[in-house]
Amino acid sequence: MPALGEILLTEPQRARLAEIRAAAEAAARTPAAYGPDIDLDALGEVGTHDRVACLASLGRQMREVAAGVGMDTSEEGRSGSYFQLDRTPIYERVAAAFDDAIEIMSTEEALARYPDEMIERWWWRVVPPGKDKYTALVALKQTEGYFIRVKAGSKVDTPVQACLLVSESDVSQNVHNVIVVEDGAEAHVITGCTIHPEVRGGLHAGISEFYIGKGAKLTFTMIHNWAEGFLVRPRTAIDIDEDGTYVNNYVMLRPVRSIQAFPVARCRGARSRAVFNSIVYGIADSYIDLGSETVLEGPGSRSEAVARTVSRDRSTVYSRGRLVGRTNECKAHLDCRGIVLSEESVQWAIPDLASEGAPGAELSHEAAISPIAEEEVYYLMSRGVPRDEAVSMITRGFLDLEIPGLPAPLRRQIDEAIAVTAEQGM
Amino acid sequence: MRDTHALLAIDGLHVRISGREVLRGIDLVIRDGETHVLLGPNGSGKTTLFSTLVGLPGYEVTAGSITYKGDDLTAMTVDERARAGIGVAFQRPPSVRGVKLRQVMEVASAGSVDGERIARIAEDLDVTGMLDRDVNLGFSGGEAKRSEMAQLLAQEPQLALFDEPESGVDLDNIAVVGGAIAQLLKGERASERPRAGLIITHTGHILQFVNADVGHVLFDGRLACEGNPLDLIDDIVSHGYEGCVECARCRH
Repeated sequence: MPALGEILLTEPQRARLAEIRAAAEAAARTPAAYGPDIDLDALGEVGTHDRVACLASLGRQMREVAAGVGMDTSEEGRSGSYFQLDRTPIYERVAAAFDDAIEIMSTEEALARYPDEMIERWWWRVVPPGKDKYTALVALKQTEGYFIRVKAGSKVDTPVQACLLVSESDVSQNVHNVIVVEDGAEAHVITGCTIHPEVRGGLHAGISEFYIGKGAKLTFTMIHNWAEGFLVRPRTAIDIDEDGTYVNNYVMLRPVRSIQAFPVARCRGARSRAVFNSIVYGIADSYIDLGSETVLEGPGSRSEAVARTVSRDRSTVYSRGRLVGRTNECKAHLDCRGIVLSEESVQWAIPDLASEGAPGAELSHEAAISPIAEEEVYYLMSRGVPRDEAVSMITRGFLDLEIPGLPAPLRRQIDEAIAVTAEQGM
Repeated sequence: MRDTHALLAIDGLHVRISGREVLRGIDLVIRDGETHVLLGPNGSGKTTLFSTLVGLPGYEVTAGSITYKGDDLTAMTVDERARAGIGVAFQRPPSVRGVKLRQVMEVASAGSVDGERIARIAEDLDVTGMLDRDVNLGFSGGEAKRSEMAQLLAQEPQLALFDEPESGVDLDNIAVVGGAIAQLLKGERASERPRAGLIITHTGHILQFVNADVGHVLFDGRLACEGNPLDLIDDIVSHGYEGCVECARCRH
């Protein structure tokens, strides 16, 4: 496959790439609106690796790390896989049964193979390259990322899995991912982003642009597993066409130095729908600033965002939610609930609603930060449940957002988090 | 004197809430298979007695005793009381997000009910559509009462306590809830041993559906009167609670 530089691009395409570059260069020093600033000059470039013939050939430790973010290296029950180690996409595969339905490759390869569609429709179209220094970093120093396309009318009920892993310290992995679910297609993508246990610090900057076609549906489950010295700055945007549905599930249960992300879903088409579910667990000194925004433009568009946050130790957690109604016939609801377990922990729930010229928009929110209610504990005890089990049941219920297809190792992590929460919540 | 046949024996019970004495000497004995009704105006202490029997915090027993099957009930935690065979239906049960009605029925039965039994109870009480909903969350008044009854039928307690089972529900729901109370207390099959019950009510409407054996009137923290439940209701309807407790029988 020729590199992008060797492809004959049309003049407008070249102009577009130059425009992206110029916007990024202008924003190279622009701090993000939220979250602590990061000195990008202190970070090196990620290294390259050899490709592997199968995921089972990865070392045991690597396989365990991947399993922790939902990557099944046996590939059973997966319609396709993408594995990126530092800079290198070391493995991509589509299971034979789904060959006509799914395409998986790196975005570099997709640009070379489909320059017209990529540049004109899906490349920096919903995430602006000049948003801040992190979008600029990826635009200027991209280190691959995945391209997943689900072809028109294909309903793939077996999940596609992707893993982005950093194995070196003090480098930045700058991925740009694109998922396209064409008209009438359906898919579930599970993406795990994580680091090797020996990594002390570094940055994962990830651009994700998702395009949901007419009557299409994407369920996107993202699992993050970082460590106390690691920095994370994802930038995600989703465009949803008529009757399209986007469901975003996000799980983060391990410590991080700081993470800041605020994905934006644009319900552009009539009757389009966006759903965000997130389970966030603040531990140690983690600084976590997460949320989501849905912009409702299509008549009859709908959105729901549900966030469950537990914070303990010295963690700081911001849980943001924004709904913007721009059409009279739209309806959206935010539900952010938090439990604070430590006197040294700080938690903010920030719901934000705006109707922009849409008197008929129905936007609502419920936000609460509170301990486990004693009244609920006694209610379950009155059914014969011992106190500690009652607290566990309530905590499990609090964190259980019924995310479909959660892999077993992740289920166990959630159970562990529930056990600790239950113990400290008593 | 101690009643050796008593399932629940309350003797000279005084209870304080936030330093204020609400129950001022209650004596009450419930034997196996008996259904008692506790009538009383708002504020007379009915819910205080219920909450004290459940074991909720904030209800301080300052004098007297409560024994259940001969054991000191006040020494038992809320869950121990439930496992010992005491079932309760709350007037306003709290919502528990993420915990489904089906789960609560399963734990209430200590794992003894299977899916089929749960489905049958649910069908009888018209709660099938609520089984996989968060318990009490967004339930209407009638739904919450039917859900409480479904949990009790799954638990099959030996002594069931009902706090205002007819409050806030329409006539159709009172009939369903009343039918479930009767089914629970009198047993579905002839071979089943009838269970004991204490029904707290201030209107007495539920007595159209449940045959109670003994009625009591709680007034100002004391049991002022005891008798046939329907006769007591007639007196209360005719003379009000104050008139009722002024009658010669009570004064005596």
